[in-house]
Amino acid sequence: MIRLLDVTLSYPGRSGPVTALSHTSLTVEKGEFAAVVGPSGCGKSTLMKLVTGLIRPTKGKVEVEGQDVEGPVKIAGMAFQAANLLPWRSVLDNVILPLEIVSPHRARLRRDKAAYRDRAMDLLGVVGLKDFADRYPWEMSGGMQQRASLCRALIHEPALLMLDEPFAALDAFTREELLVVLRDLWQRLGFTVILVTHDLREAGFLADTIHVMSARPGRIVETRTVDFPRPRPLDVLYAPAFTDLVHSLRNKIAEVRQA
Amino acid sequence: MSKITAEDLTPIAFTLAVFVVWELACIVFRIDSFILPAPTAVFSAMGQYWWPLLRNSFVTLWTTVVGFILAVVFGIALGLVVGWSRAIYRGLYPVMIGFNSIPKVAVVPILIMWFGIGEIPAILTAFLISFFPIVVNVATGLATTEPELEDVLRALGASKLDIMRKVGIPRTGPYLFGALKVAITLAFVGAVVSETIGANAGLGHLMVQAGSNFQMPLVFAGLMALAIEGILMYAVFAFLEKRMVSWAFRSSSSAAG
Repeated sequence: MIRLLDVTLSYPGRSGPVTALSHTSLTVEKGEFAAVVGPSGCGKSTLMKLVTGLIRPTKGKVEVEGQDVEGPVKIAGMAFQAANLLPWRSVLDNVILPLEIVSPHRARLRRDKAAYRDRAMDLLGVVGLKDFADRYPWEMSGGMQQRASLCRALIHEPALLMLDEPFAALDAFTREELLVVLRDLWQRLGFTVILVTHDLREAGFLADTIHVMSARPGRIVETRTVDFPRPRPLDVLYAPAFTDLVHSLRNKIAEVRQA
Repeated sequence: MSKITAEDLTPIAFTLAVFVVWELACIVFRIDSFILPAPTAVFSAMGQYWWPLLRNSFVTLWTTVVGFILAVVFGIALGLVVGWSRAIYRGLYPVMIGFNSIPKVAVVPILIMWFGIGEIPAILTAFLISFFPIVVNVATGLATTEPELEDVLRALGASKLDIMRKVGIPRTGPYLFGALKVAITLAFVGAVVSETIGANAGLGHLMVQAGSNFQMPLVFAGLMALAIEGILMYAVFAFLEKRMVSWAFRSSSSAAG
């Protein structure tokens, strides 16, 4: 589904060119939940922009669904650390926003308003925000805003969900809640996910495969398959095998930070 | 809501206090009413000359409003253009700074030479002086759109126009209304400045005339009329701002934890 082939990305910086990624190769299968972890500044966010086609690689090739990426891929939904909801729109209208942009929905939205509204309400129901559809973002907590942000990323039924540290700004309890929300959404809708994070437990709990990146210039130094059975209960987070996984990932990252 | 708190009364109390102190100072220091007329004298002048004051207030009001409307229309248009493209922004910015730093008083004689004594120089001065803050604020609102939000939309295939319509323009709302509050008072200043230099009607004109006839209480009555008109216009836009972009006010105060 997604393939990065020997991708290098550099851009002009203050003192000469900066290489964010060097010779990175990565494959994510259709429906796979992939996590990318690494020390900060390793070019994880750059990776996201490459896959969605917001930037073009300096060298190498990015393929999505067998096609070379040459511009915004339009099959992706994105969510970031900041929920970035529009304060002048209600939660429901925020969730509907992508439909006003993505074709063919944008042409149909006016005619099939009720159907699209129902779809948005369903999605809000899954994340537990049904009763908050008419509220405004600033009336909600950070965790609720982030749920709405996930709905916005998924409303147009994208084949690919890109998450850039979506839960990093939340407290530990809210984060666990949202891990479950994301797990359920993924199992229900079956999209492909690339989750960029520095939270190893988050990656271990959610992902099928974890890719470890080195410090800048970033490249994938290790790929781990996570084979805890699904559906994974939250208790997995406290199982010895899980702790071992997190521990060895942590050591790997400590190692690449040294290097 | 209906209960009037002490805080609601402070503006009235302060205004009254200013008048009382002013009146007392005039009595205690025996200030000649030709130098500084006491508030009582000013108010009686206001009563005596209410019709000329009112008529000239209307002239000042309409020149201000017309100049202001022109500034809003052109200011928003130019602000959108400037906010749209970085190149235009960089190219136009020095020109606009230069233009804005010219004291508009210096332009009034030119306008009078071009258009003659009358309302047009006042309208144009009001326009010129209130135009700049609108442009800058609209452009700032557009330029400060969150890059991540832009990424979200671009990844969906949004064109620049889409991003502008869905995010940029609604986002400029609070910036625009903030600017309008400033711009309406500036337009007022512009109109009055122009009237004092050369006009045949308007509060500025009235005050110059009264001054040359040594009618100090009437000059001060003119000032009072200006202050009242200025407060009213500001209040209208403060009210509109609250109504139109209420989300920008509540967002900071009631965000849940």
